[in-house]
Amino acid sequence: MSANLDIRLKRANKVYHEGEVLAGVVVIISKEAVQHQGISLTMEGIVNLQLSSKSVGVFEAFYNSVKPIQLITSNIEVVKPGKVPGGKTEIPFEFPLNVKGNKVLYETYHGVFVNIQYTLRCDMKRSLLAKDLSKSCEFMVHCQPQKGKLIPSPVDFTITPETLQNVKERGSLPKFMIRGRLNATSCVITQPLTGELVVESSEVPIKSIELQLVRVETCGCAEGYARDATEIQNIQIAEGDVCHSLPIPIYMVFPRLFTCPTLETTNFKVEFEVNVVIVLHDDHLITENFPLKLCRV
Amino acid sequence: MATVQWYSRVRNYEAELQVCRLESVPVEFGDYHPLKPITVTESKSRRGGRKGSTSSSSSSSSSAAPDPLSSMLDGTDPLSLFAAASASEAPALSHAAGSGELGRKRKEKEEEGAVGLDFEPWSAKRGEILARFTTTEKLSINLFMGSDKGKAPSPGSAVSEKVRTRLEELDDLEEGSQREMLNLSQQDYVNRIEELNQSLKEAWASDQKVKALKIVIQCSKLLSDTAVIQFYPSKFVLITDILDTLGRLVYERIWSMCSDSRLLPDSFSVDDVNDTAKETCLNWFFKIASIRELIPRLYVEAAILKCNRFLSKTGIQETLPRLTAMIRGIGDPLVGVYARAYLCRVGMEVAPQLKDSLNKNFFDLLGSFRQIHGDSVQNQLVLQRVEVPVYLTLYSPAINWTLQCVSYRAPEALLTEMMERCKQIGNNALLLNSVMWAFRAEFVATRATDFISMIKDCDEAGFPKHLLFGSLGRSLACADPPESERLPILNEAWRVITKVRSPQDYISCAEIWVEFTCRHFTKREVNTVLSDIIKHMTPDRAFEDAYPQLQSVIRKVLTYFHDFSMLFSMERFLPFLDMFQKDSVRVEVCRSIMEVFIKYARPFILNALLHVCKTMHDSVNALTLDDEKRSLALLINGFIRMVSFGRDFEQQLSFCVEARATFCNLEPVMVQLIHTVNQLAMETRRVMRGSHSRKTAAFVRACAAYSFITIPSLSSIFSRLNLYLLSGQVALANQCLSQADAFLKAAVSILAEVPRSISVEGKLRSSEGFLLDFVNNFLSTLLVVPDHPEQGVLYLVRGLLNMVQDYTWEESSDAKVRVYVSALPLLSAMSQETYLYSIAKVDSNETLYGGDPKFLAEINKLCETLIGQVLDHLKTLGTNEGVRRQGSLAFSLFGCLLAHGDLRNNRLNQLSVNLWNLSHKHGYCDTRTSVRTLEYIKHQGQQPNMSHFSDMVQRLSLQSRA
Repeated sequence: MSANLDIRLKRANKVYHEGEVLAGVVVIISKEAVQHQGISLTMEGIVNLQLSSKSVGVFEAFYNSVKPIQLITSNIEVVKPGKVPGGKTEIPFEFPLNVKGNKVLYETYHGVFVNIQYTLRCDMKRSLLAKDLSKSCEFMVHCQPQKGKLIPSPVDFTITPETLQNVKERGSLPKFMIRGRLNATSCVITQPLTGELVVESSEVPIKSIELQLVRVETCGCAEGYARDATEIQNIQIAEGDVCHSLPIPIYMVFPRLFTCPTLETTNFKVEFEVNVVIVLHDDHLITENFPLKLCRV
Repeated sequence: MATVQWYSRVRNYEAELQVCRLESVPVEFGDYHPLKPITVTESKSRRGGRKGSTSSSSSSSSSAAPDPLSSMLDGTDPLSLFAAASASEAPALSHAAGSGELGRKRKEKEEEGAVGLDFEPWSAKRGEILARFTTTEKLSINLFMGSDKGKAPSPGSAVSEKVRTRLEELDDLEEGSQREMLNLSQQDYVNRIEELNQSLKEAWASDQKVKALKIVIQCSKLLSDTAVIQFYPSKFVLITDILDTLGRLVYERIWSMCSDSRLLPDSFSVDDVNDTAKETCLNWFFKIASIRELIPRLYVEAAILKCNRFLSKTGIQETLPRLTAMIRGIGDPLVGVYARAYLCRVGMEVAPQLKDSLNKNFFDLLGSFRQIHGDSVQNQLVLQRVEVPVYLTLYSPAINWTLQCVSYRAPEALLTEMMERCKQIGNNALLLNSVMWAFRAEFVATRATDFISMIKDCDEAGFPKHLLFGSLGRSLACADPPESERLPILNEAWRVITKVRSPQDYISCAEIWVEFTCRHFTKREVNTVLSDIIKHMTPDRAFEDAYPQLQSVIRKVLTYFHDFSMLFSMERFLPFLDMFQKDSVRVEVCRSIMEVFIKYARPFILNALLHVCKTMHDSVNALTLDDEKRSLALLINGFIRMVSFGRDFEQQLSFCVEARATFCNLEPVMVQLIHTVNQLAMETRRVMRGSHSRKTAAFVRACAAYSFITIPSLSSIFSRLNLYLLSGQVALANQCLSQADAFLKAAVSILAEVPRSISVEGKLRSSEGFLLDFVNNFLSTLLVVPDHPEQGVLYLVRGLLNMVQDYTWEESSDAKVRVYVSALPLLSAMSQETYLYSIAKVDSNETLYGGDPKFLAEINKLCETLIGQVLDHLKTLGTNEGVRRQGSLAFSLFGCLLAHGDLRNNRLNQLSVNLWNLSHKHGYCDTRTSVRTLEYIKHQGQQPNMSHFSDMVQRLSLQSRA
C-alpha cells in the first residue's frame, strides 16, 4: 500500500512576494484508500548562518550568533484524521505571506555561509504500523521592489601595470593597457551586467579574459564578525589573443538563487563583487575588482 | 477420308471492299464533329482578364483551330493560373485604396522574411566541406563530463595507450567521468562525433536533459581547439550538426509543453505560451548563461536561439546583436569566423528578416580581419607546418557563407559599400574571393575589370591566385560582363591562369574559364584555350589525374558549340580528345559528344564522328555487359540515322560500307545499316518515281548486294530471316527480280536452322510463335513474287512448304499444320484472275500465267495435298488430350474453307460441314465465335451468288455444351 504525496504550487516559477498568498494543492495519489492521522502543512522561512572552517577556531564565541534566524513560520491542518479515497486526491490550500512585527522577508538566497530558504512541508501522520509521509518543496521569495530610481552610473577603468596593487616584482610585468567600462555597478538583479572592454595593447598575448562574480558574506555581531568572499561563477568573455582595440562586450547574467539584492542586517551581510580577470599567455593573472550593489526594481 | 478436290472461290476484291466499307455520310455545316475546325465565337476575356497582357490576343474571336496545347496553357492550365495569380497579386493589392497599403506592407514583410528558393541552403555546402577539408593527421577528442577540475593523466604514464583507451571506454559518458581519445584517424573522429550525437539523442529520450546539455557543451568546446587546423572546417560541420540536434530537441520540447490542450500554430505569439513552458525555457537560458567558457556558451545559445520566441517578441532581435558582439571575444580568427558563419546560419533560419545583425557580423569580421595575419596565427602555422595559402583557404567556406547570407537580396548600395570596405583592408585576397563567390553574379560581372585589377594587386604569398580567378570565372559563367570588356577580361585572366604551375590547380581554374570563353567567343579563342590546356596537361601525363575536369571542359564546349562542322574544324579538339587515354573515360566522353550530336544534328565532319563512334565501338569486348552494348549501339545507330548526303546516294552507300567495317562487333548497328541501305534503295525508287534508269538500277542492285552479304554475318536467326524477307521485298519493289529471288531462297534455306527455342530477354522461349509469324508474313509476300523461269511452277511456295515439312517441329504441336492451313489462302489468292495486290512494274504470276488452266491445276493439286495433310493430322488427334486441339484446328480449317474455298462444290461443302461438326463434337469451341460465324454465313447467304451459304446454314447446328 504505497501512497504518493506531492505539493504543487500554483505559480510555475514558484516566486512569491511578501503580502501575497501562497496557493497550491496537496496531491495524494494512491491505488487504495489511505488511512491517516491528519495531514498538515508547514511553511517556514529560515536564514541559516555558518562559519567557515577558518573562522571557527578564531571566534569560538560566535556560536551563539550562528543559530538559524526564523523569518516566518506557519502551520495548518489540511485534513482531519480519516481516510483519503483511492486514486488522485487534490486538496487546495492557501497561505498568506504575512510577517509578524517588524520582521522582513528577505529574498531567497543560496550561498555558502548564508542561506535564506523558504520551504513548504506537508506531513501525513499515520498509524504506528505505517510510516509517516512527508514531502517538502522550496518556494522563492522576491523582496519588494526598492523605492527610488536607480541612476546608472558608468564606471570607466584602465588597467596598466602601474595601476596594479599587490605586485611582487613590478619589473617582471609585461606591458599592457586595457581600458573598459561597466555600464553600472548598481545593478538591477534581473538585468545583466554589461559593459565593454578594449585591449589597447599587450606585450604578451592574452590567454583569456573572465568575469568572476563573487559573493561576500559576513556573519557576526557585536563581538566580531567573519567575512568570506567566494566565487559564484566565472564567465569567460574572451578566449585567446583577441583583436586589439576592438571592444569586447562585457555581459553577465546574474544567476537566480545564487544572487539576491545586496543585503545588510544586524547579524549578517550579503554583498557582491565582480572581478575582471585577465590571464596572460605567460600565466600572469591580472584582476580588477568592482563592488556591486544589486537591487530589485 | 478420301482426298478432296480443291476449288478456289472466285473473289472480286474490289466489290468485297465496297461491301465492307461503312456508308459515308456527309457532315452538315454546323453539326458537331470533333475533327471539324473549331470556330471560337465566345470572347475569352472572362478568364483572361486576370492575367493582363495575355488576354489581349485571346479576346478576339478567331476562326482558325487553336493549337490544343497552347489553348490549354492559355489560362485554363491550373499551374499557370496559380503562377499568374501570385504574380499579379501584389500589384492588384496596391490598387486597392486604404487597406491596400497595409496589405502590401504585410506582403512585403513576408517577402522579406522568407528565405526563397534562390538561397542555397547550408545542407548543400555541408557535404562539400566535409569532402574538401580532410586530414591524414591524428586527431583527439577530449571530453570532461562533469567538473573539469581533474586534469588528464599525463601521456607519459606507464599504462600503455591502448589499455588506457579501453579503460576510458568503460567509463563511457558517466557523470564526472572524463575521456580523452588520442590518435584518432579522421574516420574514427567522425564516428565518435556521430556516437556523441546518438548519445545526445538517447540522453534526451531518457529524460536526462542535463547530460544532454553536457554532451553538447563538451562538443562545442572542441571547436575552440585548432590542433590539426586543416580539419577544422569539417569539424565545424560535424559539431554544428550536434548543436542543431540540440536546438531542435529543445525547441520541440518546449513547444510540446505549450500545446497541452491545442496544438500551437507555427505563428504563435508569446501570449499563447503557458507559464510552465516559459519557466522551462527561461531555465535553459539561465543554465546556458552560466556556462564558463565563451565558445560553448556562444554556440549553445545560438543553437537554441529560436526558443526566444517563447519568451518575448523581441528576444531574437535582441539576442542576435549580442551574440554577434560576443564573437569579438574569440581570439583565434578562424574559430571566430566559423562562429560567425554559424550565427548567420541560425539567424537566416530563425529570423531572416533581421539583416542588421548579419551586416554587423560582416563588419565585425572586417574589423578583426588583421588578426589573420597576426603573430599568434603565424606561430601556430609554423608549429603545425601549414602553409599560408592552405591556411587561408580554410576560411573560404565560412566567409563565403557569411557573405552569402549578407548579400542575399541585399540592395545594390549595401553590396557596393561592403566591397569598398573590403578594398580598404590590406591582404584582402581572401575577402575578395568570398565576395566574388557569394555576391550576385551580375554584381561581380559588371565590375569584372575592377576585380581583375584588384586580384592583380594581391600579395603573391597569400591566398592562391588561381582560386581567385576561379571564383571570378564562376561568376562570369553565370552573368555577362559588358560587351566591350569581355576580351580584355579573358586576356588578363588567361595570362595569369597560364602561369599556374601545378597542373591540378591549373586545370581546376581553366575548366571554369572555358565556360566564359565558349559563351562569348568564337572557335578561334576556344581553340587557343584548348591548346593551352593540352600544353599544360600533357607533360608527365598530368591529364591522368584530371579526367573529371577535362571531361567537364568537353561538356562545356559541347554546350555552346552545337555546330559540329565548326567543332571539328577546331584544330585542337581532336588532340584534346586524345588526352582521354583511360578507356572508360574515353568512352564516356565519346558518349557525351554523341548525345549532343544526336540532339543537334547539323552537317558535320563525318570522319571525326566516325572516329568518336569507333572509339565507343572498340571498347566492346567479351566482357562488355549487354546493357552497355545496347546503349552504345543505340548511340551509334542514332549517329548512322543522322548521316545524310542528300542526293548523293552512292556516297551514302559507301559510308554504310565503311560503317559496316568499323562497327562489325555490334549487331544492332549491322541491322541498322541494312535498314539504312534498304531505305536508300527505296528512296532511290521514290526519286526515280518507280522507273529506274540504268544507273539507278545498278545502284539498287548494289544496295541489294550489300544487304545480301551483310545479313549472313548476323547471329540472330530471326534478324536474318526478317531482314532477308525485307530486303527481298525491297529488291522486288526495285524490280531486281533475281536478287529478290536470291533473298527469299536464302530465307527459305535457313528456315531449317531456326532453333526450337530462343532466348528472349534472358529467358528461354519457344521459337514457334515467331516462326509462325514469319512464315505467314513470308507467304503473303510470295503472292507477288513471279516464278523463276528456269524453276518449276510455284517453286518458292513448294520450297517453303518442303522446309516446313522437314523442319523438326516440337512434338505435340500443330504448328506445321497451321502453316498448311495458312498456305491455303495464299494458294486461293494466287488462283484469282487479278491479284489482291501487286507491285508496280513487276509482273506477278497473274500476268505470267494469265490464268492458265495448267497453273490452276497445279495450285489445286497443291491445295489437295495440304488439305489431305491437315485431315490426316486431325485424325491423329482423336485421342483424349488431342480433342481440344482437334476442335480448334478443325474450326480454323473450316474458316479457311468458308473464306477461300468454293463451297458450291458439294465435296468441299460436305467437308466443311463435317469440319464444323468435328469442331463442335467435344464442345470445346467458343460458342460466341460459332454464333458469330453462323451469323456471318447467314449474312453472306443474302448476297447474290451465295445462296448455297443459306443452305449450308441449315446443316450447321450449334451444339450446346454437354
